[in-house]
Amino acid sequence: MKKNYVMETIRKAQMVQMLAVGKRMDDRGLDQHRELKIETGVIPKANGSARVFLGNTQVIAGVKIATGIPFPDTPDKGILMVNAEILPLSSPYAEPGPPSEDAIELARVVDRGIRESKMVDLGKLNLVSGKTVIAVFVDCNIMNVDGNLFDATSYAVVAALRTATMKKYVVKDDKAVATDQMVPVPVEKTPVSVTFARIGDRVVVDPNTEEEASMDMRITITTEDGGNVCASQKGEADSITPAQVLQAVDTSIRLGKEIRAKITEATK
Amino acid sequence: MGEGKTKLIDEAGRRRDGRKWDELRPISIQVGLMKNADGSAYIEWGKNKIMAAVYGPKEVHPKHQVLADRALLRCRYHMAPFSVDERKNPAPSRREIEISKVIREALQPAVIVEDYPRTAIEVWVEVLQSDGGSRVAGITAASLALADAGINMRDLVVGCSCGIVNDQVVADLDDTEDKEGSGDMPVAIMPTLGKVTLLQVDGIYTREQFQKAFELAIEKGKQVNAMQRAALNSRFFGGEATTSEVEEAAE
Repeated sequence: MKKNYVMETIRKAQMVQMLAVGKRMDDRGLDQHRELKIETGVIPKANGSARVFLGNTQVIAGVKIATGIPFPDTPDKGILMVNAEILPLSSPYAEPGPPSEDAIELARVVDRGIRESKMVDLGKLNLVSGKTVIAVFVDCNIMNVDGNLFDATSYAVVAALRTATMKKYVVKDDKAVATDQMVPVPVEKTPVSVTFARIGDRVVVDPNTEEEASMDMRITITTEDGGNVCASQKGEADSITPAQVLQAVDTSIRLGKEIRAKITEATK
Repeated sequence: MGEGKTKLIDEAGRRRDGRKWDELRPISIQVGLMKNADGSAYIEWGKNKIMAAVYGPKEVHPKHQVLADRALLRCRYHMAPFSVDERKNPAPSRREIEISKVIREALQPAVIVEDYPRTAIEVWVEVLQSDGGSRVAGITAASLALADAGINMRDLVVGCSCGIVNDQVVADLDDTEDKEGSGDMPVAIMPTLGKVTLLQVDGIYTREQFQKAFELAIEKGKQVNAMQRAALNSRFFGGEATTSEVEEAAE
């Protein structure tokens, strides 16, 4: 959402000048995230939930679990769906209505990071092959926009999934029956997304709204526990050099470890 | 992404269609086939058949979308209902909306939008038959259509997708390798300027595999760029581009 920021052009000139001497407008280091706060269990009716604050960006993720019919090409695997909505109450520039291009990209990039890391073991969500599987839906409400929705939403989804529980199902005569016993969702990995913005020729981590309004290019790199890259997406209408990409990968691997420790701690 | 369990590379290192790990599928490109469009290009890349057409610079409708200091670049990537195995609903899917966005953002760094304030430049990419790597093939054709329309550009944009198949980095994934393999990385570059304009990654890559796949995609993109230039040459200076011209352009 880069709209109607009147001072955009003037601010950008100032920002580029400050970045040239390694300074950001909010005094952060170039590869320093804003304060990350994670609360879990905020919506007791959900199977799992988390509220994440990344600076002033606020996201609530809720997990709902039901049984469903598997996709034809994966008959013995559960279903995982991650969605995100930028609520009209989150920003003066957000509007109600069908999801914008930005919201679709956000949901798909977050989904890709979770899915490709194999965070949830979908094989363990199979009940009756080809007929019934467990479907895990993670819906994210963007409550307040102050930049870097990609990382905030991803952390909220990961925290919600790590603390989610579901009914244990038993299979009788090819039918899945829910029991009263609650079991955790089979979580294997903790993917961590790190988003960078290039402003002029400097690359910064975790851009806020002001920085996003001035950024030329955005890149998100998600890593999993083993320090491997599992998803990435470049965005915005400008380019990046190959060297900057590889540098961002290294930074994402390094910062990913620190943030993974924070998420693990908050979701014990 | 699949599990990467299906055997897609044999003991001799050949892929299902006989290609080596770093070999491209056959590619043919023609520029300027569409009569009404200001610029157009048609690409066949493996089983992909994609037409890209450009209209503009033209008046912006609706008017409130006008940008005072530059052109508005619009882009739609669309798959024909008959382009895939099972009929695809013709309404744009979430996937197509995302791809339209990343294609636009891949092309825009090359287009000098500041030269056409208050206008719209429209890029329509129609996938008539799809195979793996349709977005990079679409970008490759779309940048030629922009050039064919005479739009001022800094460079062409060319793409290639690399990925991981049977834990091995390979170039230019086809449909099966994309679905059954364990990683896909489409990359688009401005080859002369040496800049990356599109990067999407899925699947698990070690740091080394990431760099290998990324650098391979850039190298292969440069190879496709030679074919792009040959296609433009043959559009404006006539005659079929000969192999030697293609090789010359590659250097």
